[in-house]
Amino acid sequence: MIDVTLNVEPKVIEPTIFDLSSPGRTGVDFPDPDVPRSELPKSLLRADLPLPELAEVDVVRHYMRLSKFNYSVDDGFYPLGSCTMKYNPKINEDTCRLPGFLFTHPLQPIETVQGNLALMYTLQEWLKEISGFAAVTLQPAAGAHGEFTGVLIMRAYHKSRGDAKRIKMLIPDSAHGTNPASSGMIGLQIAQIPSDERGNVDLKALKEQCDDTVVGIMLTNPNTLGLFDEHVEEVIKIVHECGGLVYGDGANLNALLGIVRPGDLGIDLMHFNLHKTFAVPHGGGGPGSGPVGVAAHLADFLPAPLVGILEEGDEEIAPLFGFVTPEKSIGRMKAFHGHFGGGLVRSFTYIAMHGPDGLRQIAEYAVLNANYVQARLRDTYHVPYDRICMHEFVAEGRFEGSDVRALDIAKRLMDYDFHPPTNYFPLIVHEALMIEPTETENKDTLDRFSDVLIKIAEEAKTEPDLLHNAPQKTKFGRMDEVKAARELVLCCWLPESYIKEAQS
Amino acid sequence: MTYIPHSPKERDAMLETIGVKRLDDLFEAVPAKHRFPNLNLPPAITEMEAAAELGELAAANESARDLVSFLGAGMYNHYIPSVVDHILRRGEFYTAYTPYQPEISQGTLQAIFEYQSLIVALTGMEVSNASHYDGATAAAEAVNLAWAQFRGKRTKVVISPTVHPQYREVIRTYTQGMELELAGDNAQADLETGPETLMELVDDNTMLVIVQYPDFFGRIYDYTKLIDLAHEKGALVCVVANPTALALFKTPGEMGADVVVGEGQPLGIPMWYGGPSLGYFTTRKKYVHKMAGRLVGETVDNRGQRAYVLTLTAREQHIKRERATSNICSNQGLLALASAVYLSLVGKSGLRQVAELCYHKAHYAAEQLSKLPGMGLCFGEPYFHEFALCVGQPVDEVNAHLLEHGIIGGYDLGQDYPALKDHMLIAVTEMNSKEEIDALVEVLAEVAHD
Repeated sequence: MIDVTLNVEPKVIEPTIFDLSSPGRTGVDFPDPDVPRSELPKSLLRADLPLPELAEVDVVRHYMRLSKFNYSVDDGFYPLGSCTMKYNPKINEDTCRLPGFLFTHPLQPIETVQGNLALMYTLQEWLKEISGFAAVTLQPAAGAHGEFTGVLIMRAYHKSRGDAKRIKMLIPDSAHGTNPASSGMIGLQIAQIPSDERGNVDLKALKEQCDDTVVGIMLTNPNTLGLFDEHVEEVIKIVHECGGLVYGDGANLNALLGIVRPGDLGIDLMHFNLHKTFAVPHGGGGPGSGPVGVAAHLADFLPAPLVGILEEGDEEIAPLFGFVTPEKSIGRMKAFHGHFGGGLVRSFTYIAMHGPDGLRQIAEYAVLNANYVQARLRDTYHVPYDRICMHEFVAEGRFEGSDVRALDIAKRLMDYDFHPPTNYFPLIVHEALMIEPTETENKDTLDRFSDVLIKIAEEAKTEPDLLHNAPQKTKFGRMDEVKAARELVLCCWLPESYIKEAQS
Repeated sequence: MTYIPHSPKERDAMLETIGVKRLDDLFEAVPAKHRFPNLNLPPAITEMEAAAELGELAAANESARDLVSFLGAGMYNHYIPSVVDHILRRGEFYTAYTPYQPEISQGTLQAIFEYQSLIVALTGMEVSNASHYDGATAAAEAVNLAWAQFRGKRTKVVISPTVHPQYREVIRTYTQGMELELAGDNAQADLETGPETLMELVDDNTMLVIVQYPDFFGRIYDYTKLIDLAHEKGALVCVVANPTALALFKTPGEMGADVVVGEGQPLGIPMWYGGPSLGYFTTRKKYVHKMAGRLVGETVDNRGQRAYVLTLTAREQHIKRERATSNICSNQGLLALASAVYLSLVGKSGLRQVAELCYHKAHYAAEQLSKLPGMGLCFGEPYFHEFALCVGQPVDEVNAHLLEHGIIGGYDLGQDYPALKDHMLIAVTEMNSKEEIDALVEVLAEVAHD
């Protein structure tokens, strides 16, 4: 089971599901066919199906043991900057599993899925109201998928106006990597815009790049430093004046709910991250959900289909919901209708329960918590862009005269049973520690976390090896990442040809 | 109802530490004229009210639990063993983030590693990534892989017209910014000819050929010859494969495919009105550096314990930015876990049982239906669990009649293929009993005529 290139047998903490397999076991049985058997086409059959064989109890215990190797929001504080790891309400887990949602097929006649369509239509309307946009598509599967949708819409908009020379996307140096990658997917050139000393977009540098080849700007506001751009209206005006569009990266929308609507600021289009702002759990890496909102002049370009009202209702009869196709649609971004069950139903439940005042409180307390931790830590950790922050802030994880790095601090936090902040991002801060507490953490937790970080700073001076060798109290220690990349053992079941190739 | 835990006293103490008087003071960077808009949304409701309201919305649907369904076309009604959701409901799994901190994410990492292994076993390929959004976007990412492999020196993609229409649509959307020629994506094409006909379109400029297995009409072809011929032209071949079918039939890996992708929803994931589902993506080891998406690899920790990490991350957007193969940042982590639990549980014999049940029931249904006057199978053998049925009259009218009898009929093929007007695509799975199939035949007999 172990790649032939491994020399030393490592200690196995939990065997793989293949290691646990024993021929003849099964976890589930299906009934015998109640119809006559038909002949199978012999020449087309596979010889062997090398799947594992386990009893139900073995499967349950295996995954239960694995679950205990994870740190999660349900376990404790998870201040992972840019990821908005807020508490995920349990009721959402129940509503998204209602049988009427779980067992509907995406191609059913619309008359049989009016509940789904009413929910989607209402959510479109709510997201429009929250963001100040004229139209919303729920189709994109994740934030990056929403960005790609947005970039395609920007391209289609310019193209529809016969404006073919626009090939340059402006991207601030604090941006997420997905912004340039999304633009790169359609072959755009990237012009990076530096930040000024207060963490805002550098207006002078922006103006220099603004010409008639600009597609637009991809603007994260608040940016990844956790700062609201103090000249956001100026930035938008400058880009609009050269004919460009302003794309808002909605990654940090949690700070803006009920505070300001991106559409009101003049932003032309934006993706939402339902898995950040609206409490869809992150699922160990997904699924996310990335609806996109657009201003009126871009509504015709949205992906198809959207949910619309086909026949107006009245007091007695509910409207008939169905699908509509925008006139100049960029096309379809994925099969079917977006991340309905896991994304849309959970977020619908969450928004309904919060209402307008509750949404504003989310932003207020997310910002309160971030500023509180920043205030507690600023004398210990250098905060390079030090002003009132929004939902997160970025400190430097390094100390003068010490070889301790942000990574060491992150790993040491695990010994104190905290998930580390995001580190080494944004790229414009040395040894970045990006801290986003979210609104669902209480003062006690924030105090404990701040106290621990202050203690770790002390340890960095007195006992730096505690940090270099951290974590010690977790089930697993630091990983040999070089070995993983060099040996590339990517699966535990190795087909014969695979082993031969590895040996040659 | 909010989930904010602060007492007023704690809030005030925090404001004091920050050095501001009121919460509003934290937002002075926001332009005053747009600050604190009134949101015209319904007032907040309690959990009790939300449970009732969502219950009503769900109950306004008629699901495959209320009706008998013969819809497939890319999403299938399969039995999901109870254990799957019990594992998915573990907060340790579903409330964790991407496993960027491997010391405290080994649960997710090992589960994905096992998922990769199970998908490799199923497809007969060499490498699986940690998953994509869905089958359609995974197919579009295959184009990105081929594009990266040929560095733009080849610019043509040949797509069989029998690939799922929505998958072809997504590929068109994804590639509209690339200087790319899409050939074969033609709904008017002759659908009766074998796959090798596609070779007429494959030339020295072709980077990728995409076919589906079983194809959109449920037909099973051995693509070995097509793949050999495409390879002779230097092109790569991507097979979009249904994972349930792979329990029974020769794998695309065995046929020589370079990329195998597909929709993993049949592996323990509810239909959920179309999503979220699971795009699986596999390839050969030699293309691993061109593949998008996360990858988990085996390693050891500094205590000599076997462990797993995200590897080859230098391919990805957060490092490579605009030079990355794809912008993908997430995977379908929780649903990859669902399919891993499903495959572990049904295992070797269970998945084969499911596939055989689908096969036998679909063939029984096809045989009974083709006896009806004016109705008949559009294409011949072999097919798996879907088939195109000519009903000889408008499909929407036939389906309306079926719905009156509590049956959701097949997918209207005329929407995508003009030549298949009056044809429906019927899917039969292990969930359809003989009684249900007989009821379908009986109700269709009422409208059947020569």
